[in-house]
Amino acid sequence: MSSFDDVRDLYQDVILDHARNPRHMHILDPFDAAAHGDNPMCGDQVEVRIRRTPDARVAEAAFQARGCAISLASADLMAEAVRGLPDADIRALAADFRDMARTGTTHSAAPAIEMLRPLSGVCEYPSRVKCATLPWAALIAALDGAQEAQHE
Amino acid sequence: MNAETKIRAPFDVRRIREDFPILSQKVHGKPLVFLDSAASAQKPRAVIAAMTSAMETQYANVHRGLHWMSERTSDAYEGVRDKVAALINAPSRAEIVFTRNTTESINLVAHSYGRGILKPGQAVLITAMEHHANIVPWQMLRDAHGVELRVAPITDAGELDMEGFAKCLEDGRVGLVAVTHMSNVLGTYLPIARIAALTHAAGAQLLVDGSQAVVHRAVDVQALGADFYVFTGHKLYGPTGIGVLWARRALLDAMPPFMGGGDMIGSVSFERSTWAEVPHKFEAGTPAILEVIGLGAAIDYVNTVGMDAISAHESALTDHAIAKLSEIDGLTIIGRAQDRGGVISFTMDGAHAHDVATLLDRNGIAVRAGQHCAEPLMRRLGLSSTARASFGIYTTPEEIDFLAATLVRVRSFFQ
Repeated sequence: MSSFDDVRDLYQDVILDHARNPRHMHILDPFDAAAHGDNPMCGDQVEVRIRRTPDARVAEAAFQARGCAISLASADLMAEAVRGLPDADIRALAADFRDMARTGTTHSAAPAIEMLRPLSGVCEYPSRVKCATLPWAALIAALDGAQEAQHE
Repeated sequence: MNAETKIRAPFDVRRIREDFPILSQKVHGKPLVFLDSAASAQKPRAVIAAMTSAMETQYANVHRGLHWMSERTSDAYEGVRDKVAALINAPSRAEIVFTRNTTESINLVAHSYGRGILKPGQAVLITAMEHHANIVPWQMLRDAHGVELRVAPITDAGELDMEGFAKCLEDGRVGLVAVTHMSNVLGTYLPIARIAALTHAAGAQLLVDGSQAVVHRAVDVQALGADFYVFTGHKLYGPTGIGVLWARRALLDAMPPFMGGGDMIGSVSFERSTWAEVPHKFEAGTPAILEVIGLGAAIDYVNTVGMDAISAHESALTDHAIAKLSEIDGLTIIGRAQDRGGVISFTMDGAHAHDVATLLDRNGIAVRAGQHCAEPLMRRLGLSSTARASFGIYTTPEEIDFLAATLVRVRSFFQ
């Protein structure tokens, strides 16, 4: 009955699964950095928190969010993808991800990009690209020591 | 049997739809089901033709040239002022000011009446269900001019809390009340005549934001008891870029101009200038001539169909939509006002409004999703976003049935 075949490029099973059962949507405490991102156009909100390893990598990322399936899945996959990475790799990954969300393709050499590839379908839905990139903007703000994500 | 067979439209919607060329478009290979008229309505061929014809046959700047083209264009432009006055039963054509949209109309009042007439220490009273256009200009006035901004509460059903509203007027400091005529989120009509009586008893003036209401019901500013009435052309099947401010003549005469420039002056020297009579005092610069002509054609169009017939059509559609959507498990209609129009916001368990809107879009159905330029209202309702279906003159019961059937599929998709 629910044969929305033509939206399966966007709503792949892995995305629906992460949106329904996010693994990293919880309050991380204690934490070393946090930032908030919101999209006032639609009311989506996300807070990303990270905990550091002694050698300044991200030991764990977690989020609290109010948003659509795309933003929840993106935040959850992001938290998984950045675990154990140093800031420089995360920034590069964020840039690659933003690129992929906009164009649908990527030349990223980062192994973690594979985990994020199910979100590439969002490029066909220009008004939804921001849903996917909002958690990343919050994460980058947290790395920068800012409280609020920059609006794109 | 399908519910649509029970509905008898007050006019032939299929004929109406033929007047709107865009409705034959397909979206993602599906027929366009346009349920976003509250954001902006589609345009009938009559509007498109009037604007095209003006550009092709009769166009020059207005109020300036001593030549035939300018005079004819001025006649056409000024003729629309009469049509607008008649549409809302304004006592005088001189009380009709053309602006860019509702937002500019409210900003004009906030600037000219707010700074020119209201005194620091007085208050402006709005409601908790206003569009940002009827919030932000008053905040700017508050910060620049030292007036207080008050917010009258609403009930959980999405109606104005009349007791709370009356309380806000009690200390006699409110100089201006600014309320929506019909909520763009909840579809609620406010009881303007009662609000006007309370407002005037408290010695204040009443501004009514008619952006939504003027499209769906016959508006009589005198019967309503409003002092200012504002609306926009593009929701009334007219073009973008043209809005209206109506105000009582005495108010317009007392208010200083909003913007300065050509057309709004009596005489100009480097030492001083004098202002033109209303409404020209408030129409600085070359106006939106083509858009005014388009608005005139839109008013002619709705008058030909008949505002009462449009109202009856949309009322039947709204009842039908509420009945159909209420049947859907997990769907909640936001706002249960007794007096409401063809704007229905809803949420769906387990599916965010964005996801709902995207899936509907893939089936050709255009709805709005988000906060609808009413963040404080959403907060009051404890919501982050809703999907909103809104109806127009061309909406059919079959489209609503298709919306309902598709929403059932959306629900199972996200379950």
